[in-house]
Amino acid sequence: MKHHQYEVVIVGGGGAGLMAALYASKGASTAVISKLYPTRSHTGAAQGGVGAALGNAEEDNAEWHTYDTVKGSDYLGDQDSIEFMCKAAPEVVYELEHMGLPFSRNEDGTIAQRPFGGHTNNNTGKPVTRACYAADRTGHMILQTLYQQCIKNKVNFYDEYHVVDLLMSNGAAAGVVALELATGELHVFHAKAVIFATGGHGRVWEITSNAYAYTGDGVAITLRRGIPAEDMEFFQFHPTGIYRMGILITEGVRGEGGVLLNGDGERFMERYAPTVKDLASRDVVSRAMYLEMKAGRGINGKRYLYLDVTPDLVNHYATLDGRTRPDGRPYVTSAEEILGKLPDIIDFCHTYLGVDPVTQPMPVQPTAHYAMGGIPTNMRTEVVIDAKNKVLPGVYAAGEVACVSVHGANRLGTNSLLDLVVFGREAGVRAAEFAQGADFQPLPENPADFVRAQFDALRNGSGSEKAADIAKEMKEIMFDHVGVFRVEEGMQQAVEKIRELQERFKNVRVADEGKLYNTELLNIWELSNLLDLAEVTAVSALARKESRGAHARDDYPDRDDRKWLKHTLAWLEDGKVKLGYKPVVKTKYEPKKRVY
Amino acid sequence: MQVKLTIFRYDPENDKKPHFDKFTVEAEPTDRVLDLLEYIKDYKDGTLAYRRSCAHGVCGSDAMRINGVNRLACKVLVQDVGTTLKVEPILGLPVQRDLIVDMEPFFDHYKSVIPYFVGSEEMPQKEQLQSPEDRERFDDTTKCILCGACTTSCPSFWANGNYVGPAAIVNAHRFIFDSRDQAVVERLKILNDQFGVYRCHTIFNCTDACPREIQVTQAVGEVKKAIATARLD
Ligand SMILES: Cc1cc2nc3c(=O)[nH]c(=O)nc-3n(C[C@H](O)[C@H](O)[C@H](O)COP(=O)(O)OP(=O)(O)OC[C@H]3O[C@@H](n4cnc5c(N)ncnc54)[C@H](O)[C@@H]3O)c2cc1C
Ligand code: SF4
Ligand code: FES
Repeated sequence: MKHHQYEVVIVGGGGAGLMAALYASKGASTAVISKLYPTRSHTGAAQGGVGAALGNAEEDNAEWHTYDTVKGSDYLGDQDSIEFMCKAAPEVVYELEHMGLPFSRNEDGTIAQRPFGGHTNNNTGKPVTRACYAADRTGHMILQTLYQQCIKNKVNFYDEYHVVDLLMSNGAAAGVVALELATGELHVFHAKAVIFATGGHGRVWEITSNAYAYTGDGVAITLRRGIPAEDMEFFQFHPTGIYRMGILITEGVRGEGGVLLNGDGERFMERYAPTVKDLASRDVVSRAMYLEMKAGRGINGKRYLYLDVTPDLVNHYATLDGRTRPDGRPYVTSAEEILGKLPDIIDFCHTYLGVDPVTQPMPVQPTAHYAMGGIPTNMRTEVVIDAKNKVLPGVYAAGEVACVSVHGANRLGTNSLLDLVVFGREAGVRAAEFAQGADFQPLPENPADFVRAQFDALRNGSGSEKAADIAKEMKEIMFDHVGVFRVEEGMQQAVEKIRELQERFKNVRVADEGKLYNTELLNIWELSNLLDLAEVTAVSALARKESRGAHARDDYPDRDDRKWLKHTLAWLEDGKVKLGYKPVVKTKYEPKKRVY
Repeated sequence: MQVKLTIFRYDPENDKKPHFDKFTVEAEPTDRVLDLLEYIKDYKDGTLAYRRSCAHGVCGSDAMRINGVNRLACKVLVQDVGTTLKVEPILGLPVQRDLIVDMEPFFDHYKSVIPYFVGSEEMPQKEQLQSPEDRERFDDTTKCILCGACTTSCPSFWANGNYVGPAAIVNAHRFIFDSRDQAVVERLKILNDQFGVYRCHTIFNCTDACPREIQVTQAVGEVKKAIATARLD
């Protein structure tokens, strides 16, 4: 076993981890540990844009962005954190630009912006251009730019090291344990501060836009160490995933004028969100799609709908809506403009569907996309472990793994990339500050024992169950019963099923006895994480007897602020989920009915 | 339909030398080759080692040789490559296990070309302005996902691993033609080296291999031209 010592250790090399690294390394010895080469992180898959009220093309301001985010969160977001993020947004976007990020440009040379769901002009209620973009590969450009700056600043990387445990002593951070993929060796990283930036866990569900690596390692590791998970019942289903594959088609398509159509050729969103129509919040659109399909209005009665961005159709509806360009001219688009603004989307459709979006509609269905819940933190990214927000010294979290909570019950598009850079930076600064004022905690005795026991169990199962079967059954039940729409009975069934799968999982056996790149061992360990997260999600969802944001129940169709305007906290104790709650932070926005 | 796969296997810990294993799997014409590998790993042989993450051609994890051509396994469908497949690791980098190669030499070349933005000392309060035309000038090379398919399809790189390779040049190009960047001359000097752009003999394998459809050979050509016309002393 090898030992390393750094003041700050960052787990994850995506947008949040790299931003944290750039800042932490200014004030403390820092290492980034990542199970993937950093440039393979899922931030690279983000397409549409990063939200900031630059007002480059039309009037906009941080206050509107704040209100839209609070409203989008269905009032579950913590308003102090949301204010902080939206206010910081223009400045961090300029910072990214100064790092060289190649944003698309307006004619006057400023950063180009496009409309996105739920982002509005608060006076008119109409969509506002707030999403700063680099074609339809904004996340790719953020990830590349941050990685490039890390090379420039000589950040230490441990690439393809899989973190499997958090070490603590005296109730504070002491480091992490990681498995080096290339050799199979365990490494102990002794640290004063640990930042989790491990991304999401969409692989719990059958249809998802998420990478194979999205297995919720950060939340699972901390749950096993007695840290709760917050608001896990709130998982976003993005309206437009490619039918059956789940690959994401950015909301930017609708931002450019694309329209959702049902089997009757009707633009059904007019009925559900008369003002912003196809650009309503994601929870609203996914639910509308579900209802259309349930009513038999899917395409040919099947469980998908069309997303149509063919220029004639776009122009037809743009005229009906009276949509104009920022300079006041009527909005008229062309095949060239669409090709130029959405090259990757067009490429995905060619490759995977044989469909040309400039002449044909795309078959889409809601796809599991984004974890609003995660490791609870305060707005300084410090991990907090109870209903009174008690800080766990030296442990931080940022990015999709964290629940600050700026997204509440439903995240607005473009707010995750923003969250990564704002809170990634914050985590880097805070962790370095903490490290400067703290000593190393002693390492616990035999620091790798806890994970060794976990791996031994995986190696010594009876082999009567296949991991892949268990994964499949978990994904199906979670998609069917803890998905876009939920009812008591279905969720109860899901909870029982996941518990059964947890039991059956004990009989799984890792066949690969090799050390080098034993990806089977790690994939199966990741499945144990997914099962834990599925259970916590289903139990948290079952308990919440209301509909709010992404948690929509047929049996409790209304939001209930009197009883449920509170965050869920879930602990995993001896394999059982225990629930608690904590209040939402409110500054000046009183909960109102949400209409789009 | 049934697909027959012949897959390169090598575990340095246990095998004296590489060999090939054969698998037959049921597939749909629209399945990705990656889907077949996943099926094999899940149900036939858990020891098969390869990298993958995004599964839709944007993370650059799974470049491999499929029927002799470098591809991303997640971006080629059975209907594109047929029902008899030979799958091997990309060439020119040491095999670590099965389809996994050591990417460190590849990333070292990448890091050698100043692959980051060097801005001016004084930054404006807001964004630096750049016209859409200036932005378009280097658009193509910003798409690179560092998958390595180009460099490991290049005979010049196979012949001499010291050649920085097309991927590094693509990433240098991205900054050399960025109107905001201040380190253009330094990069051109690096690529003017004996292991720089002149190792490229315009064979076009790289352009054919690139899953992001970057005009790799053209980018290399533009850098050559920039070196020829710049004053580098
Ligand atoms: C297809 C798609 C499109 C999107 N588009 C947008 C958009 O347009 N706008 C927007 O705002 N948001 C968008 N999002 C959401 C946003 O991209 C993600 O939420 C965000 O990028 C997550 O960043 P992160 O830094 O938290 O995690 P990631 O970038 O995923 O990084 C996680 C890192 O953690 C590492 N890691 C994980 N587990 C371990 C472990 N056990 N040990 C060591 N390392 C580990 C990984 O290697 C990786 O480096 C999109 C998401 C998807 C899937
Ligand atoms: S240029 Fe293309 S083939 Fe080469 S590394 Fe970049 S994306 Fe891969
Ligand atoms: S798995 Fe990401 S490019 Fe293939």
